[in-house]
Amino acid sequence: MPRRSYLIASAVVVLLLALLPLAGSRHAVDLTTEVMIYALFALSLNVLVGYTGNVSFGHAAYFAIGGYTCAILLTTHGWPLVLAMPAAVLLAGLVAGVVGFFCVRLTQIYFAMLTLAFAMLVWGVAFKWKEVTGGDDGLTGVKLPAMLANHVNYFYFTLVSVAIAIAALWVICHSAFGLTLVAVRENNVRAGFIGVDTRRMRWAAFTVAGAFGGLAGALFGMYHRGMYIENAFWTESAQVLIMVLLGGLYSFVGPIIGAAVLHLLQVFTNQYTPYWPTVLGLILLVIVLVLPDGLVGLVNRFKGRGRRS
Amino acid sequence: MSAMLSIQGLWKSFAGFVATRDVSFELKAGETHAIIGPNGAGKTTFFNLITGHLKPDKGAVSFEGRTLIGMPPHKIVRLGIARSFQRINIYPRLSVFENVQVALIAHEGQQWNLLRVGRSLHRDATRDLLELVGLAAEASEIGGELSYGKQKQLELAIALASKPRLLLLDEPTAGMSPQETGETIALVRDIVKARGLTLLFTEHDMSVVFGMAERISVLHHGEIIASGEPDAVRNDPEVRRVYLGEQGHG
Repeated sequence: MPRRSYLIASAVVVLLLALLPLAGSRHAVDLTTEVMIYALFALSLNVLVGYTGNVSFGHAAYFAIGGYTCAILLTTHGWPLVLAMPAAVLLAGLVAGVVGFFCVRLTQIYFAMLTLAFAMLVWGVAFKWKEVTGGDDGLTGVKLPAMLANHVNYFYFTLVSVAIAIAALWVICHSAFGLTLVAVRENNVRAGFIGVDTRRMRWAAFTVAGAFGGLAGALFGMYHRGMYIENAFWTESAQVLIMVLLGGLYSFVGPIIGAAVLHLLQVFTNQYTPYWPTVLGLILLVIVLVLPDGLVGLVNRFKGRGRRS
Repeated sequence: MSAMLSIQGLWKSFAGFVATRDVSFELKAGETHAIIGPNGAGKTTFFNLITGHLKPDKGAVSFEGRTLIGMPPHKIVRLGIARSFQRINIYPRLSVFENVQVALIAHEGQQWNLLRVGRSLHRDATRDLLELVGLAAEASEIGGELSYGKQKQLELAIALASKPRLLLLDEPTAGMSPQETGETIALVRDIVKARGLTLLFTEHDMSVVFGMAERISVLHHGEIIASGEPDAVRNDPEVRRVYLGEQGHG
């Protein structure tokens, strides 16, 4: 796809989103804020899953670390936002770096299980470390700068943050580094024989994914004015993985679409029935059976050519 | 003259089966050397031991005086040893162009560059390599969708992208039609000559082996039973007994 048309399409989307609050629907603004945060979360995971070919089952850990860190620094320690947010991203990336160091020693199901194990550990810390995280009561009453207290302002803040983060991820995924990651995904052995240290590449991808996941978490915690241990639970890791699969893991925009569709479906479903997990199961069934390349793959199939990003 | 590649007393076994038995071997710079032997003689294992894909149980491998034992494949490539594989080993979902481009990116150490657009790098060099192996027209096709023979050509282009001084080709014509075999061999011979490469290859087709190799080593049950110039090897009674005779060649 030509870079210029990508750029124009992105600019149009950002512009349309910027106009959304003018429509006057608070519900639409809130819903879109959430979708943007989940889109970033799913995109960050796809650096690891789609680009590098390593299925992580513990991505919620970095979302939670980012969310809790930012919330704690703002609320308990009274840090300014401009320091609390970068610190949250940094810590999420750092923890991902340490966890990734061990995980990339394994592959496939063993890799996935180890990411899950570390994520459960993070959940355990959030649950037990009551004085700091609030335990299962959650961490509530997150202090935001007065300017962001208004929901429309927070929408714009999220829009700008997410847009910058997505642009950064776009550059990374399409860089020489990103192309090499795809080679590692496609053929780990061959990549070694062209001179690529595949383990270090996977480690780097793991760390990048964690840092951007942490940013999504920080935005989430501030939006909800709180973090809860459910945000670190393995079901969150599963849900973001389903977002990636639903949208399509072999394209850059796939996870954004997957996040939007899945989150809107969830909100919609919850209005009518308490059976969201059942609906989620059905969605997963459809993906596995008929949409292996997700919604983007489906669109590409109609366009007659299955080319990834 | 000292050897470019020197191997001493190399052993490798898998669960009691000895695949490489006390192999010693020397390769001079500029030489074209064939490794032959029946299926299961240990040719691919031998290649895997040299290139770091497998670790030997015992023995020494050195390239231009540096030991390769314990070195991972990605470091060995950087010393100037590239290889192709007997079974197709490409990036199936990448385009033919990208298959080669990524190898050039890695060769230049740009795999850690997070800012420059990957697809914009080394476009000319990639095109040149594809042209060299006769894949210029297929540049935008998906690697995994090429015919078998063309995927083998792509293998060769990927290996050449690492700008090796020593090239290891594992059955470069396996599965090819007689015509493709002829073209591939002519191509390899031209490239080796033009670039002054040292070539170590395995091959089933004896006409290819005897037409191309300056020296030949014969592997049998993991052991080198003969090594020397083609005529000497052809007339070696042991070789005739265990290998060439059986096949009715020679």
